[in-house]
Amino acid sequence: MLRLTKVNKYYRVGTHSLHVLRDIDFEVEDGEFVAIMGSSGSGKSTLLNILGILDDYDSGEYRLGDTIIRDLSESRAAHFRNRLIGFVFQSFNLLPFKTALENVALPLYYQGVARRKRNQIAMGFLERVGLRDWADHTPSEMSGGQKQRVAIARALIGKPRLILADEPTGALDSETSAQIMELMSEINRSGITVLIVTHDPEVAARCQRTIRLKDGKVMSPEAAAAAAAAASHPGMRAAT
Amino acid sequence: MFDLDKWKEIWATLRSNRLRTFLTAFGVFWGILMLMLMLMFGSSLESGSKRQMKGMATNLLFVWGQQTTVAYDGLPPGRGVRFKTSDIEVLRRLPGVEWLAPRLQLGGFMNNFTVGRESKTGSFTVMADYPEFKNIVAFAYEAGRFINERDIAENRKVCVIGKAVREQLFEPGEKVIGDYIKISGVYFQVVGVTTTLRTGQQGERDANTIFVPFTTLKSAFKMGDRVGFFAMTAKPGVDGPELERQVKDALRRQHRVAPEDNLAIGSFNMFVMFDKLNTVFLVLALLGWLVGGATLLAGVVGVSNIMLITVKERTKEIGVRKALGATPYSIVTMVMKESIILTAIAGLIGVAVGVGFLALGHFALAQAQDSPMGPPDVSLWTVMKAVGILVTAGALAGIMPASHAASIKPIEALRAE
Repeated sequence: MLRLTKVNKYYRVGTHSLHVLRDIDFEVEDGEFVAIMGSSGSGKSTLLNILGILDDYDSGEYRLGDTIIRDLSESRAAHFRNRLIGFVFQSFNLLPFKTALENVALPLYYQGVARRKRNQIAMGFLERVGLRDWADHTPSEMSGGQKQRVAIARALIGKPRLILADEPTGALDSETSAQIMELMSEINRSGITVLIVTHDPEVAARCQRTIRLKDGKVMSPEAAAAAAAAASHPGMRAAT
Repeated sequence: MFDLDKWKEIWATLRSNRLRTFLTAFGVFWGILMLMLMLMFGSSLESGSKRQMKGMATNLLFVWGQQTTVAYDGLPPGRGVRFKTSDIEVLRRLPGVEWLAPRLQLGGFMNNFTVGRESKTGSFTVMADYPEFKNIVAFAYEAGRFINERDIAENRKVCVIGKAVREQLFEPGEKVIGDYIKISGVYFQVVGVTTTLRTGQQGERDANTIFVPFTTLKSAFKMGDRVGFFAMTAKPGVDGPELERQVKDALRRQHRVAPEDNLAIGSFNMFVMFDKLNTVFLVLALLGWLVGGATLLAGVVGVSNIMLITVKERTKEIGVRKALGATPYSIVTMVMKESIILTAIAGLIGVAVGVGFLALGHFALAQAQDSPMGPPDVSLWTVMKAVGILVTAGALAGIMPASHAASIKPIEALRAE
């Protein structure tokens, strides 16, 4: 599905250059369900932005499907985001003045699908996340869990091959989180590759595999195992 | 273009900020309305002035004798210049003269004369004229005709009277043509009644004028070989100042006036007058465009400003849209369309209100014949130009905000809270 080879990313802050990602190397197969973990500042959000073609990288190679993602024009990037990738955000990022249905249908608007058809398809996806009755409500009338379901429906409507989720349960209580994660697993079972950035071990535990980042590097399997053990220790967990 | 979705998108964003949309739109509305009112005002003054001058040739020149101010040819300054009948042939031969009308007023310039008929009397201007005069100031005739060549040749005691003269000396419905009026003890047969095409003061004077053949007046009242003043028109292609130069040079030679003496012969040049008037109206129109345009520009800057603020406020929304696959082009067109729609709708309302005022002004001022303001005439073409300007202005107003919107990086936008 995707492969990163020696990807480096710097942020220039004034005269200083911040090395955010260092020689990132990993591969995700089609249909995998992967968690990306790391403490804040480990570079996981930057990594997700690069994977989502929302940000570019300085060296190395990022291959998505058969395409090397490098120096794409804005329009090409928009096209890939629209057709290949579905985004799920921590803060949902629904448009407040649009109804749930219109929010879900938005990616199809940018594909040039006619409104009637678009809304019809969107209704199907809302039904799939269990919110058919909420189609005409605006986000302000919905709970956090409902909003995230709408966002997931929106991420799915473009029939993406990859779902990128940035802390999708970060703003939700544990019960709702579990429901959202169940939905994510279900999506994964339908054949879509899912990548979740999280610092919640429970979320990571529901994924098939975890990639751990520390100081901009992918941790070796041994170090990752030690970190996982430490994270599952009750005393350490309180600290994170 | 007629994609309902896009209009719905635009409508949703404009609606979500009602007050701001309204205030911005008002700026544009006011701008275009001011522009139209300014142009209307200029046009109204212009048509008012033109109405006053209607019926007069625009290539008209009047010359009259004054006093010399320079000693010349052994003659002292301060000598009065009096035109004579012998000047007529000299002027007729000038290359620039089209129609020449020597004129003489009974009793002197600007003096009225008591005229009677049966028991009725009135005070009127009595002018001695040649037939050519009807080519210089156009008249319509209530009845009869103007003075003709035979009147001149035979020194006929005939006259053409103005409408006001007829009204004062004759009963309504009374037969006028063929009847006689008495001017200073001499009877003149009425052969025509004029109705003037001019309005205002000039029209008033025309209505109170009695025209008699030039030659008759001279013989009947023993006025010698005097000519009061000359009215003439320029041949096509000869401009006013050129005609004036030719005429004055000839008259100076005739009357032994120094070539540099500009005060000896007075003149009124309609060309120059028209030129001046046209300049005034041009300046007025320019001023209209300038002031109206500046007001409109202020409105447009307002739109641009508001759009920019809107874009900044919608940074996150634009970021989300980009993450979902919006191309820079779709973002640019979204913002530009909003801008154009806002400007165009507000502007068109302004145009509509302006056209309303135009119709009102036209109606009111067409009635008031003596008003210096005539009916305004702002053409459809001007309105179309205004609409064109609006759409362009809307697009221009949208450029900066739109390019800002397109340059928003989705990651930064998504980070913004």
